[in-house]
Amino acid sequence: MQGDSVPLRITQRNPRHTRALGDPMELKLMAGVTRQGMAARVARDIPEGWFVNLGIGIPTMVADHVPVEREVILHSENGILGMGPAPEAGKGNAWLVNAGKQQVTLRPGGSFFHHADSFGMIRGGHIDLCVLGAFEVAENGDIANWATSENDSAPAVGGAMDLAAGAKRLWVVMDHTTKDGRPKLVEACGYPLTAPGAVQRIYTNLAVVDVVQGRGFVLREILAEGMSLAELQAQTGAVLHTDA
Amino acid sequence: MINKIVQSIAESLEGVPHGATILMGGFGAVGQPDELIEGLLEQGARDLTVVANNAGAGKVGLARLMMEGRVRKIICSFPRSAGSTVFEELYRAGKLELEIVPQGTLAERMRAAGAGIPAFFTPTGAGTKLAQGKESRVFNGREHILEQALPGDVALIEAWQADRWGNLTYRESGRNFNPVMAMAATLTVAQTHHVVDLGDIAPDHVHTPGIFVQRVVQVERGAPWV
Repeated sequence: MQGDSVPLRITQRNPRHTRALGDPMELKLMAGVTRQGMAARVARDIPEGWFVNLGIGIPTMVADHVPVEREVILHSENGILGMGPAPEAGKGNAWLVNAGKQQVTLRPGGSFFHHADSFGMIRGGHIDLCVLGAFEVAENGDIANWATSENDSAPAVGGAMDLAAGAKRLWVVMDHTTKDGRPKLVEACGYPLTAPGAVQRIYTNLAVVDVVQGRGFVLREILAEGMSLAELQAQTGAVLHTDA
Repeated sequence: MINKIVQSIAESLEGVPHGATILMGGFGAVGQPDELIEGLLEQGARDLTVVANNAGAGKVGLARLMMEGRVRKIICSFPRSAGSTVFEELYRAGKLELEIVPQGTLAERMRAAGAGIPAFFTPTGAGTKLAQGKESRVFNGREHILEQALPGDVALIEAWQADRWGNLTYRESGRNFNPVMAMAATLTVAQTHHVVDLGDIAPDHVHTPGIFVQRVVQVERGAPWV
């Protein structure tokens, strides 16, 4: 499996704890695409007919970028199928909220159901795709997105573990690094896991990366304009393989 | 004649004992039985275990119940949210026990309690720190963990319509946890926005059949507190 990949790692082995200040790569920080741009890039890859659950944060924005004529059925964990975009100003409905408790709309054909049915859809493998944010994703597909050791307030898991374990596919959309430049794509998660081996694809502000079992991170596309593979690798905490 | 409709919040909460496990419906403010929770403040029961998706916000309802030291333990999926400062302070000070449960496991544990299933295996949480101390078993090559049913002594829920037999409907995303909580408790109390005559809810449109409901009380407020 390793034979057809090109290991490009030029960063230190444990970048979470040994961030090298003054590394020339750090002087050349690239913002890459915006949050909306990331959401739009995810939306492009969702085909008609999929049942999709969107997590809180950037994933929620994906809904705004799926073309209206493409029928993608959005699921909200609190008991909604066929969720539509945010209401126009002044037309909000306090009874109709998404997982983040923001007011939303319902498309014709939509339905409501109770929590056990809603999570039956998730846990029973009926949801084609779940898009979540994350603190870290490891090269074996482990995801950590619910608790950090720095956080002294109580952790809040919500539906993340059910979604990560139950959806047919799990894509993560997140920044490529933390605000202080530490990689979020890592060899092994340092934060408590949400689920082991669950992630298939990662969209960041810099790149689209697949997680291939037995192989690790496989680069699909660099999104940051003008960024080289070496520069991307320097901001990644594990080997980025390429289909060369 | 069966008539589950009572005339006041106080009457609807009569007999809720100290030490009770109380299931509280709602997802954030939507479908949350605010008047019943406020009524519990007056009613006086203490040393409570509260099961709810969230851990209260602001200084009203569940947050106030916690502030007054009436809650011993909270079982929920997402305690940390906008305005959950009361919970966070009490938890950090060690004055509140917390059991974090993945949201789907929380719903399923109550559904199981209502359906006579004492425990079930699920892959949710396997391989995480929430699996600690739980029995695990491999099915079809995948690790699953054993989760116990979660029955309540009391469920406080919010309906949109109710009749005197306790048949209920809910409104839009206000349904959420309310139906499974109604199933899982010994005493289910529903506050409702509308009381209707028997037969006014079309049989095909009953969301929770009256068998799961013991008391109904009408409230006036029309929209969730935001």
